[in-house]
Amino acid sequence: MTPRGRLVFFIMAAAGLSVALGIGFSELPSFGAPISAYASLLNHLAPVQRRVTDVVSAVSFDYRGIDTLFEEFILFSAVTGIAVVLRPLSDEVRDLPEDEAPERKVPAPSPAVGLLGVILSPLLVLIAIETITHGQLTPGGGFQGGVILASALYVIYLATGYSTAERFQPTALLEGSDGFGAGGYVVVGLLGLLGGVAFLTNVVGLGHSGNLISGGTIPLLNVVVGIEVAGGFAILGSEFLDQTAVIRPRRK
Amino acid sequence: MREAMVAVALVWVAASGTAVVLIRDPLSQAFAVGFFGLALATLYLSLQAGDVALSQIVVGAIALPLIVLLTLAKVREKPQ
Repeated sequence: MTPRGRLVFFIMAAAGLSVALGIGFSELPSFGAPISAYASLLNHLAPVQRRVTDVVSAVSFDYRGIDTLFEEFILFSAVTGIAVVLRPLSDEVRDLPEDEAPERKVPAPSPAVGLLGVILSPLLVLIAIETITHGQLTPGGGFQGGVILASALYVIYLATGYSTAERFQPTALLEGSDGFGAGGYVVVGLLGLLGGVAFLTNVVGLGHSGNLISGGTIPLLNVVVGIEVAGGFAILGSEFLDQTAVIRPRRK
Repeated sequence: MREAMVAVALVWVAASGTAVVLIRDPLSQAFAVGFFGLALATLYLSLQAGDVALSQIVVGAIALPLIVLLTLAKVREKPQ
């Protein structure tokens, strides 16, 4: 395509986009406008109907729970795709790099960094569990907590090195939790069918608003999503890490 | 107070977003995109969207820069 043709193509596309965006933006509520009727309805209904204090969780895991189911499977297939694409190919080997200068003295990692890792990674695990289990009470939930849980592994890698980090990433466990979490969402949804109502209906006892165990299936779904996301992001991290650290072209 | 926080966050988002586009070196860009993610999280928090802010922090400031950094480390390996 000539530069001139490309310019004409860009101008036409940009004009179409700006017209579409202009029409769309002109109908948006102005900045600081009162919240929509749907939002205020949910703010009044959710704490009473579902006994949760975080209405966002009630929307994602109950009223629009089916959307979150599809999102879980989007993440699941994305992680599967990355694991397939980043596998060692037939002309690549998977082993630790050879030390080509064994007499060279490598300075030991600073003990301060190790100590920071020792403090930070259990703390991240704790915060992750707190974020996952309190999804129905405070901002947060399975997705956010799951990524925080997986980031504890990244901290171990940063504080120590590849060999130590690998011991904390058993592939079977990570892949198992990814699949268990994605399937678990469907199983919790099937509870509704067992109870004689629609798929993903909140059929478990709702408990008291503000308690840790409240909101029926919402905390259950948060836990399975947390397991799936933690497994998925840990696989993601370890696949990219393997590519960087141990997967290399086979020597001729 | 709240308007001031929103204003600061918006300026920060605009500045760091522009910086991500203008920086041409991918390594510096990875750091800049992390700061851009943090700026977006601050904006969401100042607009009282705590759930979205948490997701933005974990994805925009942890996962995305990490993947970009590891990819850069891979493609910069010396050919054997």
